[in-house]
Amino acid sequence: MIVLRTNGLGKSFTLHLQGSVTIPVLENVELSVRAGECIALTGPSGAGKSTLMRCLYGNYGAEAGSIHLRHRDAEIEMTAADPRMMREIRRDTLGYVSQFLRVIPRVATRDIVAEPLIARGTPRDAALARATELLRRLNLPDALHDLPPATFSGGEQQRVNLARGFAAGHPIMLLDEPTASLDAANAEVVIQLIQEAKAAGSALVGIFHDLPVRDRVADRLFTVEPIRKAA
Amino acid sequence: MNPLLEARGLNLRFGAVDALLDVSLDLYPGEVVGIVGESGSGKSSLLKVLAGMQGADGGCVTYTDAVGTDHDVLNISDAARRRLMRSEWGFVHQNARDALRMNVSAGGNVGERLMAAGARHFGKIREEAAHWLGRVEIDASRMDDLPRTFSGGMQQRLQIARTLVTRPRLVFMDEPTGGLDVSVQAKLLDLIRSLVADLGLAVLLVTHDIAAARLLSHRIVVMRHGRIVEEGLTDRVLDDPQHPYTQLLVSSVLAA
Amino acid sequence: MNIPVNPVAEQLAGYNFAYLDEATKRMIRRAILKAVAVPGHQVPFGAREMPLPYGWGTGGIQVTASILGPRDVLKVIDQGADDTTNAVSIRRFFGRVAGVRTTDRTREATIVQTRHRIPETALREGQVLVYQVPMPEPLFRLEPRVSETTRLHALGDYGLMQVRLYEDIVKHGEVATAYNHPVMVNARYLMSPSPIPSFDNPKMHMNPALQLFGAGREKRIYAVPPYTAVQSLDFEDHPFRPIRAPHACALCNSTESYLDEVITDDQGGRMFVCSDTDYCAERRGE
Repeated sequence: MIVLRTNGLGKSFTLHLQGSVTIPVLENVELSVRAGECIALTGPSGAGKSTLMRCLYGNYGAEAGSIHLRHRDAEIEMTAADPRMMREIRRDTLGYVSQFLRVIPRVATRDIVAEPLIARGTPRDAALARATELLRRLNLPDALHDLPPATFSGGEQQRVNLARGFAAGHPIMLLDEPTASLDAANAEVVIQLIQEAKAAGSALVGIFHDLPVRDRVADRLFTVEPIRKAA
Repeated sequence: MNPLLEARGLNLRFGAVDALLDVSLDLYPGEVVGIVGESGSGKSSLLKVLAGMQGADGGCVTYTDAVGTDHDVLNISDAARRRLMRSEWGFVHQNARDALRMNVSAGGNVGERLMAAGARHFGKIREEAAHWLGRVEIDASRMDDLPRTFSGGMQQRLQIARTLVTRPRLVFMDEPTGGLDVSVQAKLLDLIRSLVADLGLAVLLVTHDIAAARLLSHRIVVMRHGRIVEEGLTDRVLDDPQHPYTQLLVSSVLAA
Repeated sequence: MNIPVNPVAEQLAGYNFAYLDEATKRMIRRAILKAVAVPGHQVPFGAREMPLPYGWGTGGIQVTASILGPRDVLKVIDQGADDTTNAVSIRRFFGRVAGVRTTDRTREATIVQTRHRIPETALREGQVLVYQVPMPEPLFRLEPRVSETTRLHALGDYGLMQVRLYEDIVKHGEVATAYNHPVMVNARYLMSPSPIPSFDNPKMHMNPALQLFGAGREKRIYAVPPYTAVQSLDFEDHPFRPIRAPHACALCNSTESYLDEVITDDQGGRMFVCSDTDYCAERRGE
């Protein structure tokens, strides 16, 4: 079953402060992803892989075409969804897994990781147990689980964010370089988490700069073509 | 779900200046909406009109209360507006001194809304006041001190406790972190963020501080010259601003 | 107007009966009627200059002058006593400008003008108690804007006053208002009882007499009609308690009346005596 699909998706940026120059980035992107499938975006640097990911998450507004997403047994056209619907989609259906999500200040690590699960309606105890399990798998010492991550090392914060990204088990997950700069052991854990998500029926779209990792998790590659820049 | 607050076609002129030009806005339960723009953009006027503190030359504002009764905010009686203000609504002012009673103890300041709402049990009022002082991280030992002995950040937290003690459904915030030191601002924003999330408050937040808007709001409304020039999901508006003015606004702040 | 000859005293020539002209009295009576109709609500009135300074009872005197008839019997007390300068002066004033009979006896009087006390002897139907009021606004000091206090009264929004009582308990462990303790009249208006001791507050409740309040400088009149509920503000767990010195009157031995402390020498000697001189005298059989 196709759970995420773009139709003629296009995106350009108009920089009003720089003489209203328009920079086209994506044109006529046709992507479709099935449940249980992992697709890796490829293409040269600057081709727009990140922009596509951000469009899929609703972080960038699509300019042309449409994004269709399966949400609560119905198909939603995301470029027309209002902010409240977008929040609901992000809560229940669409996850963004990155090492670089904003850390929420002054909240205990375990709560940060459990929060997306609780938001989706998982009982608090179960959500916290799942959070602990994920943090342990990512080799974050138990002593840190009850502390806010603000004082953690960069590597520790990255793993907190990964745990949070995987916690909720969203049906559709966007993976933004999830293993970059992780040591081999932790990268291995992330690979397992991705495989578990696939096995659980989640559809994944990812950017992986680490080719061995990419080849182990991706079922298909999707090439984002650079646009020949118009004058 | 129905909106808590619904504004349609608001217009307001001050002499030759349009403070509001055909402004429409919905706010849903539990939703935090940031209204951003520079001074004179009309954002403060909008907040005042939505809270019934200021009339409008046209348009309408409807508030649906907890039992489902609609209130025509622009034509509401003073009595009904005050009733909303001390039960269903709260207002956090930029300057805590505008809201606090400086010659009344911190506990008395928090308890006032309870007493206005009819609470007449001293012990319970104190208990409740102590609870809310705790939630805004003011030590219980300061409960009987006058706010004038508090720092600016503490005064602002006291104002927030005083506002939230009656568990409002909708809180209007007008530059709640304005005028505070940057380090104090950050702490206060964290506090507001966690309170708003825990209590499921609907918030209309007026601010010129884009970082504050990003941290607190689900949705952002950008105003300029009395008009809404752009609105949408917070990260979409701030990361992919469409309107020239929004681009200017976003580019003029340091990366947050 | 044909005024009946006063049976007791001769009225001073050259003055209208009870000093004020009839039009003024009518204006004041209209204010009084409105005050009676809206118990506890402050009604503005055009206070006149009176031949005594503000603070000496100009408001009370104008109210008394407006309701006084030739057959009335007037008693005037100042903090319970009939024989202090203020009481004597006002009594003599009405004796001269109205020629009415005056008395020290609470039960004989039809009108009792008072400063800061309610007589111990229970009042009855038909009697009128006229209070001299320095500051009619109970929210004074809490809310300096008159427009705002007016609005708070209109909306019955009295949380602020409760806050003051709260602060009293915080600071002193109890409500510290020994006098002028605010009351709710008819469960609607917050009212200053004038600076009577809180000991007297319960006497206002369901009193058979008409209670009128006049503030001359502030130009306000308010009223508590007979048999009207008057509740002192308090907290459930800090109920209002009228305060009384824990002694018996040194003269009449009363353990129920409000007592004044009298310093008798410079060695710390003191005694407690009834503040209400008439009550005390009556108990002593004078």
